Amino acid sequence: MSETPNKESPAGLRALSETWEDGLARVRMALGLKQGGPRPLFYRHTLAVRLLHWSNALILLVMLMSGLQIFNAHPALYLGNGSNFDHPVFALLGGTENGETVGITQIGSWQFHTTGVLGASEQFGQIVPRGFPSWITLPGLSPELALGRLWHFAFAWLFAINGAIFAAYAFLSGHFSRDLLPRRADFVRLPREIVDHARLRFPKGESAKHYNALQKLTYFSVIFILGPLIVLTGLTMSPTMDSAFPFLLFIFGGRQTARTIHFLCAFSFVAFFPAHMIMVVLSGPWNNLRSMITGRYAIEPEKGNV
Amino acid sequence: MSEPRNSRRTFLSRAAAATTAVALAGCDDLSQKPWVLNLLGRVEHVTRSAQRLFAGTSALAPEFDRSEIAPVFRANGTLDPGTPSYEAHVRNGFRDWKIEIGGLVERPYSLSLAQLQALPARTQITRHDCVEGWSCIGEWAGAPLKPILLQARPKPSANYVMFYCADPMSDGPGAPTYYESLDLVEAMHPQTILAYSLNGKALPVANGAPVRLRAERQLGYKMAKYVERIEVVESFDHVRGGKGGYWEDLGYTWYAGI
Repeated sequence: MSETPNKESPAGLRALSETWEDGLARVRMALGLKQGGPRPLFYRHTLAVRLLHWSNALILLVMLMSGLQIFNAHPALYLGNGSNFDHPVFALLGGTENGETVGITQIGSWQFHTTGVLGASEQFGQIVPRGFPSWITLPGLSPELALGRLWHFAFAWLFAINGAIFAAYAFLSGHFSRDLLPRRADFVRLPREIVDHARLRFPKGESAKHYNALQKLTYFSVIFILGPLIVLTGLTMSPTMDSAFPFLLFIFGGRQTARTIHFLCAFSFVAFFPAHMIMVVLSGPWNNLRSMITGRYAIEPEKGNV
Repeated sequence: MSEPRNSRRTFLSRAAAATTAVALAGCDDLSQKPWVLNLLGRVEHVTRSAQRLFAGTSALAPEFDRSEIAPVFRANGTLDPGTPSYEAHVRNGFRDWKIEIGGLVERPYSLSLAQLQALPARTQITRHDCVEGWSCIGEWAGAPLKPILLQARPKPSANYVMFYCADPMSDGPGAPTYYESLDLVEAMHPQTILAYSLNGKALPVANGAPVRLRAERQLGYKMAKYVERIEVVESFDHVRGGKGGYWEDLGYTWYAGI
């Protein structure tokens, strides 16, 4: 987030911009979309952040779906260096009960039926054993391990490059220390913000110009913890990388543990997504979407200020 | 909430769902297009160069403690070649098994199982990583491939080493047999051995008896089982499907370090 350019732009441009905003407000009013009250636009996301955000969204989607296709080749997770086939920590099993194909999800020693979604789902109009269903894997059909790997390892490069560019940009531009790095004050404010968020009361006025503690903690963890973790656990699964960097196995407790952590990271990204969407929708979907497309974010005035 | 807002939200969510559906169907379609496969496949060379940069020619795959050996080493792929000639070899304990070493070499020769076992051996407890995602730890003993290749004096134009196997990959006469290839870096790696023993016993049929390849920095499909012929070549473009291996001809990457 940077300073609003209105402060720096020449008077003529500002006037033009205000005319434009006024015109837009009239159109909104005519369409019945007008919310009422002046809402100053604030330049929230720089072009670099916007571009990297959307490319990352697309890359992550391909990574997730091709990753699930790869997972389907052996839909079970283990701990340690080798696979203890009799005791997976997680497994999607396809079995037969009374002549019908059933899907079973196993977590630890706990098993439950998930036919239709996990363990067994429809392919060519028939329920067949497969870990994740075809609508969430890339390619959709199974077994397509070879193709899933091609997509995954090509986009893994893009994911790493996209992330590295963002990290370099964030550190060099000050975005990291100014906007993303959680500080002591953020932790102090955290309990109150959690309550406010639960009551759907979102920051207004000046405080809406900065990420709040919850946002900082979330973005920081997802970008600077989850991101590197998923890359490193991915590399730990590569036998050649294990010969180059044997300490990876030591850090993550073996190749199979690394694979399990990789999967948990992927599902943390998946869990982040609905949380991210819900917050976007609850705190003004159009305003948020616009700020990630054009960079401009409308500030809701604080009560009594208008 | 006012009416237009609702319909706009409906529109937006429908648009998003439609875009996603088109994008996903698009990716499946794209997966069929040769130019996309070409582009995705080209990344393999980038990955190989990057991994070689860090792993070099001689970084060793991790070796493990005896206590980590899997109680049962999982066998995958062919579990028994089952051909009449292979059955005959099983019956006489592979006494007549021979491995031919030829191709772009000055002195082609062949090794019997007994001759192979008489060569200086290397024993290594390593992790076998299947392309499917699972791993299994076992103790392998065998003869390092490097001196075996050097014995034949490879010509300067040699680039790859092909491994031809005894196991047919489908039923019926004329079925293609398994084959694989390594480049010279992996073939000459100190842990690359022609293994004849697993966990202190003669290599079982399911694991590739009497001789299988171990290339410990690669995935399992590179490690040809039932090896009966080794050929040094300049390029594998005109060998079988032209991709350097049975699974490679079916779309798997030739470089299997990841």
